[in-house]
Amino acid sequence: MRLRQRFYLVEVVAGLALTARHFFRNMAGHVARALGRRDARGAVTIQYPEERRPYAPRLRSLHRLVRREDGSPRCVACMMCETVCPARCIYIVATEHPNPDIEKMPARFDIDLGKCVFCGYCVEVCPEDAIRMDTGILEFAAYSRAGMIYTLEDLLALEPAGPDGRPTSPVPLPADRKPRWP
Amino acid sequence: MSTLADLGIAVGRVAFVMLFVLNAGGLLTWVERKQSAIMQDRIGANRARIFGLRLFGLFHPLADALKMLAKEDFRPARADRFLYELAPFVSVFFALVAFAAIPFGDTLRVGGREIPLQAVTLDVGLLYVFAMLSLGVYGVMIAGWASANNYALLGGQRAAALMISAEIAIGASIMGVVMVYGSLDLQDIVRAQGALLAGWIPRWGLVTQPLAFVLFLTAGIAATRRIPFDTPEGESEIIGYFVEYSGMKFGMFAMADFLETVVIAGLTTSLFLGGWQVPWLAADGFRFPWGATLPLPHLAVVALQVGAFTTKVAVMIFLLMLIRWTLPRFRYDQAMRLGWLGLFPLSMLNLAVTGLVLLAVRGGAA
Repeated sequence: MRLRQRFYLVEVVAGLALTARHFFRNMAGHVARALGRRDARGAVTIQYPEERRPYAPRLRSLHRLVRREDGSPRCVACMMCETVCPARCIYIVATEHPNPDIEKMPARFDIDLGKCVFCGYCVEVCPEDAIRMDTGILEFAAYSRAGMIYTLEDLLALEPAGPDGRPTSPVPLPADRKPRWP
Repeated sequence: MSTLADLGIAVGRVAFVMLFVLNAGGLLTWVERKQSAIMQDRIGANRARIFGLRLFGLFHPLADALKMLAKEDFRPARADRFLYELAPFVSVFFALVAFAAIPFGDTLRVGGREIPLQAVTLDVGLLYVFAMLSLGVYGVMIAGWASANNYALLGGQRAAALMISAEIAIGASIMGVVMVYGSLDLQDIVRAQGALLAGWIPRWGLVTQPLAFVLFLTAGIAATRRIPFDTPEGESEIIGYFVEYSGMKFGMFAMADFLETVVIAGLTTSLFLGGWQVPWLAADGFRFPWGATLPLPHLAVVALQVGAFTTKVAVMIFLLMLIRWTLPRFRYDQAMRLGWLGLFPLSMLNLAVTGLVLLAVRGGAA
C-alpha cells in the first residue's frame, strides 16, 4: 500500500465524499419530485405493484385458450401440446364437437402452473393457434398446489394483453384464497 | 409554592433531555434506513401506513417497536436469569443518563429565576459523561456472559477490549480540550468556546484542537460499537454478544447503540462544535465582526441557542451515519491496532503539543 492509503484518513474522506455526493444528488431528486417535477428521480427503485417495467411483446405469461366466434374453444384436442410439454403439466380429455366439420374439442383442458416451466413449446406446436401465452399476467400465486391448476373455463376466460403489454383481463384470484385483513 | 416551582423546573429539565435523547434514538432507526437508502440510490422503507398516510415511512419505527414487543421473549435454559434480564436495561440506562450533563442552552431567565439549560449541573460533567459511557460496556459484557453461550461470551469480550482501547483514546484526546478551556464542566467549556480568535473566528474546539476532533470522533464511533467498529456484534456475519436475545430485549441493545450515537454526537458538539453557541451571538444579540449589531430579546437568544445545539447534533448524527454506511468493518486486530498504536499515541502527542503551545502563549502562568 502507498503511504496515502496506509494513512487511511485521506481515503476515508474520499469515500465519504463519494457517498455524500450520492446522498445530496438523490436528495435533490427526491425534493424536486416531491415539489411536482415528474421527470426528477431520487432513486432507481421501481415500486413494484404500483409501478412496473414495460413488458416485451414476446414475453411468455399466463396461458389462455383462444375462443371461436361462438365462444367454444378453438382447440381440437389433438394432444400435440400435451405430448410436447417437457414438464407434463397439460392434461386433456377429448370429446366430440357438435359441429361435424370440427370433429373434436376438449372436455377438460387443465394446466398445472405449479409444474409449467414456461418454455412456450405448447404455443409453438399448436396447429390451430388455440393456445397462446400473451395475457401479460405474471401473478397467479395460490395457497395450495391444487390452486395452481387452471381448468378449461379459467383459460378460456382470459384475454390477450393490451398494446402496452398490460393484462386486460382481471388477474385470476386463487380459488382457495384465504380471507385477508381489510 | 417556590419549592413546587423548583421541582417542576427540575423535572422539566430532565424530561426535556430524556425526551430529546429517547426521541432522537427512536428517530435514528428511521434516519438510518432512509439515509442509507438515499446514499445507495434506493428509496427505503415507505410502506407502513396509518389511514393511508405514509409520511416517508415515519411509521416504521412504530411498526418495528410493535413487532419487537409482540415477539417471543426467549431465555436460554442455562442462562443466568437475573443478569440475563438485567443486561439490556443496563445498556440502555447508561446510554440514556450519559446525556444529562450535556448543556443544550445557556441560562434561561424567566420570572426572576435562572434556569440552567442542562439536566444536571455538574462541575465534573465531562468525567460523569465518560463514566456513564464506560459503564455502558457492562451491559454488553453481562449480556455476553449471562447468555450461557460461548459465542456470546466471546462477543462480549471483543466488546470489552474494543471499549477499553476506545475509552483510553477518548479520555486522552479530550484532555487537550480540557487544557485549552481549563474546565471539566461542559457548560464552562461551551461558554469558553464563545470567544473569538483574531476577532472573527469562533474559538470552537474544532479550531483549537483539530487533531483531537478526529481522534475523538474515531474513538467515539468505536465506543458506539457500530460499523466500522462493530466486531462485538457484527450484525449478520460474526456472532455477537446478543445472539441469545430476542424481541424487545434485542431491540433495547439496538436502541442503546442509537442512544450512544446521539450521546457521542452531543458530546462532539459540546466539545468541538461550540455546543449551543451561535457564531457572533452574545447574550443580548448578534455582534458581527464587521461592527454591525442586531439586538435580540432574551427568549429569542435562548431559542436560537437551543436550535443551534439541535442542528449541530443533527449534523453530527448525519456525519456518523454517513461514516457508518460508507466504511467497511475493521478486523478485530486492526481495530485494536488502530486504538492502541494509532489513536492513543497520537492523542498523547496532541496533549504534549497542546501543553507546549499553551505554555508559549500563556507563559506558564496558567
